[in-house]
Amino acid sequence: MLRRVLTQIGYPLTGVVILLAIWVFACVYGNIPTVVLPTPDKVLNAFIARFDLILAEGWVTLQETLYGFLLAIIIGIPMAVAVANSRPLNLMFYPLLIGLQSVPKVALAPIILVWLGTGMESKLAIVWLVAFFPIIVDTAAGLRSTPRELLELARSLKATPTQIFLKVQLPAALPFIITGAKVGITLAVIGAVIGEFVGSSEGLGFLLLSATSQLDTPLAFAALFALSLLGMFVYLLVEWAERLAAPWLPPAPRH
Amino acid sequence: MSFGTIRNVRKVFSSTELNSKSAEPVVALDDASFDFDEGQLIALLGPSGCGKTTLLRIVAGLIQKTSGSVQIGGREINEPLGDYGFVFQSPSLMPWRSVLDNVLFTMEVLKRNDNAARERAIQLLKLVGLADFLKARPHQLSGGMQQRVALCRALIHQPKLLLMDEPFGALDELTRLEMNDLLLRIRKETGATVLFVTHSISEAVYVSDKVIVFSRRPARVATEIPISLPYPRDQQLRFTPAFTKAERLASEALGIVPPVETGSAH
Repeated sequence: MLRRVLTQIGYPLTGVVILLAIWVFACVYGNIPTVVLPTPDKVLNAFIARFDLILAEGWVTLQETLYGFLLAIIIGIPMAVAVANSRPLNLMFYPLLIGLQSVPKVALAPIILVWLGTGMESKLAIVWLVAFFPIIVDTAAGLRSTPRELLELARSLKATPTQIFLKVQLPAALPFIITGAKVGITLAVIGAVIGEFVGSSEGLGFLLLSATSQLDTPLAFAALFALSLLGMFVYLLVEWAERLAAPWLPPAPRH
Repeated sequence: MSFGTIRNVRKVFSSTELNSKSAEPVVALDDASFDFDEGQLIALLGPSGCGKTTLLRIVAGLIQKTSGSVQIGGREINEPLGDYGFVFQSPSLMPWRSVLDNVLFTMEVLKRNDNAARERAIQLLKLVGLADFLKARPHQLSGGMQQRVALCRALIHQPKLLLMDEPFGALDELTRLEMNDLLLRIRKETGATVLFVTHSISEAVYVSDKVIVFSRRPARVATEIPISLPYPRDQQLRFTPAFTKAERLASEALGIVPPVETGSAH
């Protein structure tokens, strides 16, 4: 029991403490000015003092991330079903999808801003764009890799196409869909921040940008810290949804 | 007239069926003919890649034959009839379903998933010794246990014909012997008619009423060996002269040993 506590909490905590020690040491003995690298306590102070502001801006970024991600799921999964089940559609669009994946979608952000303005719509579009590809590609791959035996079993029982899809193909593809969603949600946070960088008047990305332009580095670091918390939070949301949707999946290996 | 009649069945896979442009058409099955009766267990024995699996899928209606005739219960088979059981080499269970729900999958597809079906599923799982694992997930079971679940899934709708494609080929020798005995017991309980593909000579002889031996590619039926060993069978049987003789006949038909001049097939 004690051993468990030591390995599960003790070691990671020690790692954090060592990192903080190096950070403080570098700031104090390296004479690094606060505007370049603030000490951890200054970041913490900024985080606490400006908590209301960080919470308000974080709420905006959270909405952009989640709504854009849900949009990617709602549009991506049905499109993957269409591409995976129709040979003509597959031949027409699958190579295109794979090809478009290599386009740096972040580079499209300025163009999207021109089209949709600096409000929520452009952020949703950028988040949707970056989260959409892993979701559709993984889902389509999952739907196309149903074990042959299960399809033959269903066919030998004269299963209807609907039965085959709902009882065999879709559940068999669920692990792939979840993998795509996990990559998608990670990218969604990045998409939201990029959208805010390119043109916005709210959100954590905007806060980060305006804090650095005013040389308020402690606040910038506090915003960065809030962004990582937000990233972890939305990832945990997806993991939680995974356990609801697929309790039969073995738990992901912990690193 | 026999329950099952297989006449001059030939299957040539065209290049489109093989899903490649350059490939030459492949003769998977050249000429297969044999008969079997209701309640019989027929072993299809032959080297790997000799078309026995192809024949099984043709009988199931899953793939189309190039020529010849397959009649089961007086009906020509061109498409799945929906009343066969199928057991594959891999258990092919659904990891998202419990053991009981895996067995009931068959009844769900057939829209006969009522209380009686549930009772029968539990009955079958008891018969194969899995009564304590109804709620377990497939990944919690050993390979042999998974294959027993697959067997129940194939039997729950009381199929006219049970098709087994090297069902115990992936199991270790001891589990395999156990499963052979289990198959004999289940057959006695259910009276199922079974086509059983295998590449194990001793397994073919041990479980069947008749061994159909296939030659190497292009595959054709080389010999039929009736097995008149008594029931109930147990592992002692493997050490009797009658068993060894049947094994010898099958080995001769496969070309593993030269024929003995004085030996007769019966």
